[in-house]
Amino acid sequence: MRTMYFSQAVDDALAQAMADDPRIILFGEDTPLLRRNLLVRFGPRRVRGAPISESAFLGAGVAAAMAGLRPVVEMYMVDFFGVCMDALLNHAAKIEAFSGGKWTAPIVVRAPCGGGYGDGGQHEQSLWGWLAHIPGLTVLVPSTPLDAGGLILAALQHDGPVIFLEHKLLSETWLEFLGSGARNTVHFDVPTEGIKSTVPQKWEPLPIGKAVLRRAGDDVTIISVGVGVHRALEAAQALEAEGISAGVLDLRTISPLDKTAVCETVAQTGRLLVVDEDYEGFGLSGELSAVVLEAGIFCKYTRVCTQTTIPYARHLEDQILPNKQRICASVRQLMQ
Amino acid sequence: MPPNLWLIYSLMLKSRLFEEAIARLWHDGLISGEMHLGTGEEAIIAGVVAHLREYDAMALDHRSTAALLMRGVDPVLILRELLCYPDGLCGGMGGHMHLFSKEYLAASSGIVGAEGPIAAGFALSAQQLHLGAIAVAFFGEGAMNQGMLMESLNLTSAWNLPVLFVCKDDGWAITTQSKKVTGGDLNERARGLGIPAVEVDGCNVFEVWEASHSAIERARSGQGPTFLHARCVHFEGHFLGFQLIRMVRNPIREMPGIAIPLTQSFLHFGGVALQERLAGLKVVLAAVLATLRDPRQDSINDPLWRARKTLESEPVRLQELEDQVENEISNVISIALAEVPL
Repeated sequence: MRTMYFSQAVDDALAQAMADDPRIILFGEDTPLLRRNLLVRFGPRRVRGAPISESAFLGAGVAAAMAGLRPVVEMYMVDFFGVCMDALLNHAAKIEAFSGGKWTAPIVVRAPCGGGYGDGGQHEQSLWGWLAHIPGLTVLVPSTPLDAGGLILAALQHDGPVIFLEHKLLSETWLEFLGSGARNTVHFDVPTEGIKSTVPQKWEPLPIGKAVLRRAGDDVTIISVGVGVHRALEAAQALEAEGISAGVLDLRTISPLDKTAVCETVAQTGRLLVVDEDYEGFGLSGELSAVVLEAGIFCKYTRVCTQTTIPYARHLEDQILPNKQRICASVRQLMQ
Repeated sequence: MPPNLWLIYSLMLKSRLFEEAIARLWHDGLISGEMHLGTGEEAIIAGVVAHLREYDAMALDHRSTAALLMRGVDPVLILRELLCYPDGLCGGMGGHMHLFSKEYLAASSGIVGAEGPIAAGFALSAQQLHLGAIAVAFFGEGAMNQGMLMESLNLTSAWNLPVLFVCKDDGWAITTQSKKVTGGDLNERARGLGIPAVEVDGCNVFEVWEASHSAIERARSGQGPTFLHARCVHFEGHFLGFQLIRMVRNPIREMPGIAIPLTQSFLHFGGVALQERLAGLKVVLAAVLATLRDPRQDSINDPLWRARKTLESEPVRLQELEDQVENEISNVISIALAEVPL
């Protein structure tokens, strides 16, 4: 067994897949430097740098996937989908439906997401709810290096477009590149359980659309994804001292949602708290309440999400993003 | 009317000293997130901003401090914003990539190329509400490959909008050498869309001032946009803590973390043939070597050094001016650092 950091695990699983499948190619802005370890093993034909032309290279990735390649396209940040959404919204997501199920675009789009390091509201969004809103897109948000490696492998084997999001607080390389810049004078609330894992010698794909119960609990079910899972686990631990038993379900996949796991766990506790770093309105948190209601499950419900544009100032940001205090307060409210 | 080089030099020096102070505060951990400085591009900013007047607008990129300061925005407010204070320029909400001044019609953005549409809109508004006013867009050459900027060049040309597009070309699109990802010539690209293009030495403030003077007058008189292409060198690379610069400045500390995994991966079983691997290695080494050769520390590439040269014939006046600017900036820093209740 080996231990790996988050992005190291993704790159390692990606390298394993690239060695097995010559159709997998990798491109994006600064990819030659950011993925230099893959570049020197797989060469410049398969690992290439793109201009700051997201509409062009993401759109090209979609069509290259339709024509037989397995492109992994890197976006600098999930926020930058704003400049090239057409490729996902109107093309990648639509090919299968438009072709009557005869043609798909097996592209993997890899992008860092999330906040907690003071980069401001144009570089720290989550946006998985926005992406998952579109039928035809698969959206993955792993919370540990072990899951990240297994899910990137699954994404590469999936026969349709997959968005693979890496939270920057969990990724050792992104946090250094964008957050610390190699300074030791700044500190971030990094969840230690999410940044390093024991990983297998040979990666196996994890099932897409399968949630995992991180902690069992009888009183409340907390459902989350990404860094939120770790915040929820911290809160659940703290609530134990108050005699509250909170379970934590890690969705891992936003779309397709593991409705079975959601309904089973919520039915057991009768109380649902959604912890979602993405925006509160019209997103994952509301979707989960609909899933439960549609299944005829009666439960008490509340949510801890991001409600506004993410502030630049660290102390304001810490209040806006879901944190342990807000989660504990919401659980107590559900218990009343 | 010739430029007032004393005034322009003082703007440039103010900006340089201010940004050097920002760099220290960033290294001390008092400023969070990324920090893109404009050290090295002061001549371009000063040479353009010196022409701006009431109702003129600026569309700024992620490197906006110099332009805001030179335009007249209170540097204490800028710094208090970066230091996360609620009485900062944007109440602590924006941070250095999202600085806004409604008073000066100045908007920055962390989205590369967004300056194009923003300048076009400011110019459209000027054309209808304040005839004779103009908009300036500052962006890097990497942004020239962004669709929305290319579309804005065409839009402003077709609508004859009063815009000065200022391309600050340091040769690097983040960590990629721009020439490796750019087809054709940028000036020709602008000309192809019907926009006159002017090439200047971005380290020579006099040249920038003269070229932007004509371009801005042209825009003010209703003759449409101009593309100004100015080469410069960013002393800190893309942003503070930039990996390539760190590697050059402190190879003993930085190299092992890069070289060891790189070598392991190069030698790893599974993958492409040796020749292709060597080609990959060559790409990585080329980026590193280009940084090593990068003439960041050459005085000739320092716009302040160049501007100062022209003023050295009056050493007493120069000394007085420099003392005054230094005092001003150190006052700004102490006022900005003073604690106030959050």
